[in-house]
Amino acid sequence: MTETATGTYVIRGAAILGGDAEDLLIRDGVIAGRGIGLSAEGATVIDAAGLVALPGMVDIHTHLREPGREDAETVETGTRAAALGGYTAVHAMANSNPVADTAGVVEQVHSLGRASGWVDVRPVGAVTVGLAGEQLAELGAMADSRAQVRVFSDDGICVHDPVLMRRALEYVKAFDGVVAQHAQEPRLTAGAQMNEGTVSAVLGLAGWPAVAEESIIARDVLLAQHVGSRLHVCHVSTAGSVEIVRWAKERGINVTAEVTPHHLLLTDELVRSYDPVYKVNPPLRTDADVQALRAGLADGTIDVVGTDHAPHPSEHKECEWAQAAMGMTGLETALSVVQETMIETGLMTWADFARVTSTVPAAIGRVADQGRPLEAGEPANVILVDPAARWTVDPHKMATMGRNSPFAGRELPGAVVATFFKGHPTVLDGKLNTPYRHAAEPAGAGSNN
Amino acid sequence: MKHLLSTENLGAADAIRILDTAEEMAAVGDREVKKLPALRGRTVVNLFFEDSTRTRISFEAAAKRLSADVINFAAKGSSVSKGESLKDTAQTLAAMGADAVVIRHWASGAPHRLASTDWIDAAVINAGDGTHEHPTQALLDAFTMRRHWSRLHSSSSTGADLTGMRVAIAGDVLHSRVARSNVWLLRTLGAEVTLVAPPTLLPIGVEHWPCKVSYNLDETLEAGVDAMMMLRVQGERMNASFFPSTREYSRRWGFDDARLRALDDLGLKDTIIMHPGPMNRGLEISSAAADSPRSTVLAQVRNGVSVRMAALYLLLSGDSREAAPMPGTARSDKESN
Repeated sequence: MTETATGTYVIRGAAILGGDAEDLLIRDGVIAGRGIGLSAEGATVIDAAGLVALPGMVDIHTHLREPGREDAETVETGTRAAALGGYTAVHAMANSNPVADTAGVVEQVHSLGRASGWVDVRPVGAVTVGLAGEQLAELGAMADSRAQVRVFSDDGICVHDPVLMRRALEYVKAFDGVVAQHAQEPRLTAGAQMNEGTVSAVLGLAGWPAVAEESIIARDVLLAQHVGSRLHVCHVSTAGSVEIVRWAKERGINVTAEVTPHHLLLTDELVRSYDPVYKVNPPLRTDADVQALRAGLADGTIDVVGTDHAPHPSEHKECEWAQAAMGMTGLETALSVVQETMIETGLMTWADFARVTSTVPAAIGRVADQGRPLEAGEPANVILVDPAARWTVDPHKMATMGRNSPFAGRELPGAVVATFFKGHPTVLDGKLNTPYRHAAEPAGAGSNN
Repeated sequence: MKHLLSTENLGAADAIRILDTAEEMAAVGDREVKKLPALRGRTVVNLFFEDSTRTRISFEAAAKRLSADVINFAAKGSSVSKGESLKDTAQTLAAMGADAVVIRHWASGAPHRLASTDWIDAAVINAGDGTHEHPTQALLDAFTMRRHWSRLHSSSSTGADLTGMRVAIAGDVLHSRVARSNVWLLRTLGAEVTLVAPPTLLPIGVEHWPCKVSYNLDETLEAGVDAMMMLRVQGERMNASFFPSTREYSRRWGFDDARLRALDDLGLKDTIIMHPGPMNRGLEISSAAADSPRSTVLAQVRNGVSVRMAALYLLLSGDSREAAPMPGTARSDKESN
């Protein structure tokens, strides 16, 4: 099999990172030119007047569910959703079944991603065997595998043992890895159902206190400082967490932090409906937390937006709140929610958007060829966005198998018109086109054994 | 009213209408033939996901006195890990033609799920959900208080509220659906509520509730109380560091013999002692207090049937099902302040 002949495209008059309108020439997988009045023989011309050109988005936090829960999502369906949402790379979290805690499982996910061809799939390796929090998984083997794992996380479960966390932070330095922590003190959150506060008091649902997140982040930034390691904090959800991360950065600690789109928009007031579509971990917090998260993302305290896309079969949400699974879909709404909460509020520009959705997440994950500038010679991972579009979220029209979107019925701004992945349009006119076809993997690394 | 899910959004007019109807129903209980034909041909399902013999037989007696057909459905166990989902159970009951579902569930919000989904179209009555609400318990408590308060003021209880009545509720407020339902309903009826509990057994955010909060039962009694309601301490709290020992709990927050005497010493001769049952004698309430003339424990049980008759009657009879907005679905701005 050979790589797709990706063709030649002239994107005519797109606002580059929201700035002045210019043309982009895409040829043979790279941006061959940027300027005014570009043309090329045989090129397909895309009229991008009124559209914004951005680097392909990179999700640092995606659940693709495969292997093990193919009734919830597969690599194929999840990466279709990603492409439609403007992504050209996703990090697939390790809490599959079997857990991605060996080179074999991460290579499987990696291969499924290449076979699908909608985005780069970067497997995340588990920190501990079986996410059990007892023994380090073979982090080095995963790093050296074809999947080239650089992000390690027990996401869904906190690496709460301080010694184990310290060792993991130290160990991944050997291959430039990063530990992405799900910050949740387990004893303070036993049985927790929602944010602990005035709403949980009335609803009689067991509380998930902010301190359970903040105490772990405080501990981990101090550990990262002590051992001189790189730490990534998943889905920061409280105002206090933002303050701790800000403090850590001021001290020069090598920490990055992520916020989800849903934590930038939704609050625990929605739980009054007892509709489990609003059940997520960490839980929806208060409006004061939402405002602090937006401010933190705007001032760089929070580095990236990660979707924590978590599809579930409908029967896991059509039940009592306490029985329901935690998680929300997010790949196909992330751009719109960030536009609504950060750009339309004047807190960020499209250039800032590119930083938090592409450049920095690619850097955290050490993803080559992603999150690059839109300049001649760079890989052609490019999206075109119509910022003037408005649409009403209908989960049944999404590519993800998950119907658990908390934004269902909500009108949101912004639409992805096209996604170029390695110079090939995976999305055109807002619809899936065709996947990119990778060349065969290097000799000796095939999967026929 | 279409459903009775909570007291948080139950308006004063609806609450008083239920209490007044319950007075009429109580009169039926005093007759030789304790039965009305009001709900003949209607089917009431008691759907119990949690053991509660008292509440179930109270609803069963209420429905039968109104001539309804009663189906008891004990669905113990978790709905996902074993057996049928709540959705399937609800759709099954709908297919059988249930007109009302009385649901007791260990999960907070389960009655809201029945009422807000299209799984079933029946009237839903919350008979206690998790640590959320138990509205008919609060209504029967209010009914009991209102009779007492009216008798003290030599007035008719019909149409009356509880303005000026001082009510203290002591115990495990954090996990108590009875406390929550009582706080909202008593606020609506004009009573002054004080919650008394160890700080570990009060929810974060209780300072926003429409009541006072005290850590000291003796000081609360000294300030004057017209109704003293004790809450049951659940066994599973005892080994989870909510308090050091049952003896210490009993000394500080139990209604013991010394506090029973203190009511006399304080000149609080008309103060009643309430308990939703079942009681832990010697823990949150002493036997002397439970059996004293001040105790309304058995009156509460008796009144429970009348109040549940009223709720079933108002939800199921005639055109009232479409008339009023559903309590518990919409929430006005100021209600919890």
